[in-house]
Amino acid sequence: MSEATVIPLPRSGCAETPILRQRGQREVFCGLTGIVWLHRKIQDAFFLVVGSRTCAHLIQSAAGVMIFAEPRFATAIIEDRDLAGIADANDELDRVVGRLLERRPDIKLLFLVGSCPSEVIKLDLSRAASRLSVKHSPKVRVLSYSGSGIETTFTQGEDACLAALVAECGSAEAEAPQSLLIVGTLADVVEDQWRRTFEALGIGPVYFLPPRRAHDLPTVGPNTRFMLAQPFLSETSLALERRGAQWLPAPFPLGVEGTTLWLQAAARAFGVSEDRFRAVTQPAVERARHAVARHRLTLAGKRIFFFPDSQLEVPLARFLARELGMTPVEVGTPYLHKRHMALELELLPADTQLSEGQDVDRQLDRCRAEHPDMVVCGLGLANPLEAEGMTTKWSIELVFTPIQGYEQAGDLAELFSRPLVRRTRLAV
Amino acid sequence: MQLTLWTYEGPTHVGAMRVASAMRGLHYVLHAPQGDTYADLLFTMIERRNSRPPVTYTTFQARDLGGDTAELFKTAARDAYERFQPEAMIVGASCTAELIQDDPGGLARALALPIPVVPLELPSYQRKENWGAAETFYQLVRTLAAKSALPPGTKRPTRDASAVPRCNLLGPTALGFRNRDDITEVSRLLADLGIEINVIAPLGATPADLGRLGDADFNVLLYPETGVTAARWLERNCGQPYTTVVPIGYGATRDFIIEVARLAGVDPAPTLARHGARLPWYSRSVDSTYLTGKRVFIFGDATHAIAAARVARDELGFVVVGLGTYSREFAREIRAAAADHGIEPLITDDYLAIESAVMELHPDLVLGTQMERHIAKRLGVPCAVISAPVHVQDFPARYSPQMGFEGANVLFDTWVHPLMMGLEEHLIGMFREDFEFHGDASPSHLGGGHGTAVQKTASELSDTDVTATAQEGTATSTTADLQISEAIAVSTSVPPSPVAAQSYAPAWSADAEKELGKIPFFVRGKARRNTERYASEQGVVTITIDTLYDAKAHYAR
Repeated sequence: MSEATVIPLPRSGCAETPILRQRGQREVFCGLTGIVWLHRKIQDAFFLVVGSRTCAHLIQSAAGVMIFAEPRFATAIIEDRDLAGIADANDELDRVVGRLLERRPDIKLLFLVGSCPSEVIKLDLSRAASRLSVKHSPKVRVLSYSGSGIETTFTQGEDACLAALVAECGSAEAEAPQSLLIVGTLADVVEDQWRRTFEALGIGPVYFLPPRRAHDLPTVGPNTRFMLAQPFLSETSLALERRGAQWLPAPFPLGVEGTTLWLQAAARAFGVSEDRFRAVTQPAVERARHAVARHRLTLAGKRIFFFPDSQLEVPLARFLARELGMTPVEVGTPYLHKRHMALELELLPADTQLSEGQDVDRQLDRCRAEHPDMVVCGLGLANPLEAEGMTTKWSIELVFTPIQGYEQAGDLAELFSRPLVRRTRLAV
Repeated sequence: MQLTLWTYEGPTHVGAMRVASAMRGLHYVLHAPQGDTYADLLFTMIERRNSRPPVTYTTFQARDLGGDTAELFKTAARDAYERFQPEAMIVGASCTAELIQDDPGGLARALALPIPVVPLELPSYQRKENWGAAETFYQLVRTLAAKSALPPGTKRPTRDASAVPRCNLLGPTALGFRNRDDITEVSRLLADLGIEINVIAPLGATPADLGRLGDADFNVLLYPETGVTAARWLERNCGQPYTTVVPIGYGATRDFIIEVARLAGVDPAPTLARHGARLPWYSRSVDSTYLTGKRVFIFGDATHAIAAARVARDELGFVVVGLGTYSREFAREIRAAAADHGIEPLITDDYLAIESAVMELHPDLVLGTQMERHIAKRLGVPCAVISAPVHVQDFPARYSPQMGFEGANVLFDTWVHPLMMGLEEHLIGMFREDFEFHGDASPSHLGGGHGTAVQKTASELSDTDVTATAQEGTATSTTADLQISEAIAVSTSVPPSPVAAQSYAPAWSADAEKELGKIPFFVRGKARRNTERYASEQGVVTITIDTLYDAKAHYAR
């Protein structure tokens, strides 16, 4: 479609590599998809999408299977008569929320999630949330955020949700002791591992956002130091910084190196000695190196191509290049956050082609021309590319699987080696 | 606004995608926001198609809304034409684009592409997926087959008696339930009757093929949900009658053969005699006696639900206790079928309403969509899938039609398999003290499933139907127990009297409580309530084993 624009980044390493930006069809999920994991993470929260049948269909299709008969999410489907007048739509929304809360007295936190149609008809969900919060106080707190496709791609929905939660966090006193806040949804097992690690390092108190229970929100203030466990949290980051919290820059905790650098950033901020840091992390580092090394045989020297999906692409490419010897051919990402990615980009091989945004047809042309050994892409593209003879890895699995930290580094490598190994095993 | 947990049908433009993906040489340019591309995975993952759906999305974003989204659409349409070189194009809007009113039809016309471009008006906030598919197919047919239309007032010339009769097969789409295999099965039947197939559409057809639809003598309407609008247009404009019987089940297949033979002017007798259906004998064989009177709850699209009800009652000897559909367009048909079975139809797409209906009716078997499969799993009731929407495992690698005589065989196997075999039921009834015959035991022929309705993880859920039903198969108590429980539990004729129940709660004796425990857990609650209601009405203070059996006799049908 429109012409590609090439903009140089002003830093060293891969940071100076020009970024390919094209405008065309973007084959990405919208931010509503984040509900699929967020509704499991916050156990007493419910996500009510205010949208169309398309929204409802998206979430149940993206989830792949209907895991639970009555999940903690639903859609208030806008109908013709709601479009007649906004006043009616608000009354309808109040009625739907009333019915929902009656059915589910266990709900403590309700998110009204905006969608493309609700944004286009300018249904003010933040006002609706305040109104409903008053009405259902103190039993239920009602918040809102937008997961619409016109404003968010895939993981940006979680960013918008967490930014809404930050506004709910209490203020920490200026003289409160320094605390550490880990931001971004993680598997419970990863959280538990890191709680133990931070305790062993003597770092504390440590909080996680989102919390497992809605009322366990941390307080935030000038002595809050926060680390990003996920690379897609630009709004949440800004919201925390506006509250005086300080971001600890680090690469993301994927792979042995990423995890070490990430933990180290926290250790330095909390004055942990190098010796203690080494003593605490060394056994896990050894284990992880060993687990990762097994996959080097399969992956070293292989060329990999990333279609944009979750914004995890850059850290993943860094891990695969530096710890497994893979060659990233193109690393596509829906959005490249220069500040959050600065340390990652320095670690990427200098000649890596970065692309931001997408014209899927032209990107497929490039991919076919490169014929990489592995393609990381969304569910819509995977089988068609396999049918063309390429080996693929579905990117959505990378946000549904525990992959962060030392103990998961081997699992993460295996997600990439498994499709290649499978190819060698099959005789059909 | 409608509160929805799960939706049976997608939006209308997904219906249009089912038509576009089914066809060859057709491209769909869809004005839609970023994110609507999720629909591709329905085809590439759930149906395991090996190519991308032929759909170009404009994927506009918020920043485009202030600018020129119309221009974005034109660029996308022009680029799609150049890249994919389709024979014809359909253009339309998804729900969000419908609100910004860019008029994709008019914009596409302005491009003056050298191919037929069919504009689609699919009201997203009123209609749903199947309607969208039917409307898209109809619009394509009336545009591309227009040249076959007879001049007003003229009749179709009678076919030369020596010419081979020809028909079209209408309705199969991408993502359709077993459409691929149904086509094969019905094509065999037609070949056996000496009828030639002119065009199968939309599945596998090109736009040029749609232009040839008028060459057939009549139409075989396989799936009314997606094909009836086009079939009616062809009847009106090309003088082609269409079939009204959908050949699902043994009896329906025979009726279908007779109807088709009449339309084609051929003799149905040889084909009826050559049938390869095992269902009739399997159903009459003594081992099937235990199927008698099994209570079955049926829900799906109207066509599959109505057909299933006939097979269940007439060909397996079940009792249809519930019949419903999410296809509101076919409410009249489902009402007529329900009346035939002497029950009230359930016409809704509210998952929760269907779940409570299943709980209320206590069926022995649920025949439904993937939604009912989950309901049944939760309640521990055996289940088989008979209709879309379905999961990836309902697109089997093996040949597994629903239609024709082989389809009838498939139905027998698929529906009977989840139920417990007859003699096994008796053994459990006679020797229920056996430590392996606890109340929640699974049928042994389904493997070592644990009988209780356990919460399952996602990976377990994605297992095959067989393992799923093994774990679902908890309706496994004795015949005697089932008789008790059915008689006590299922008393729809008696209106509930909650006031009486509240004002007076009789106590249970230990013996009666123990006897109640022998009733399968999923009907136990209902049996308890009914017995208590009976006891209060009779002024019984303590419920004994006798009260339990008195209640059974009282509520017996």
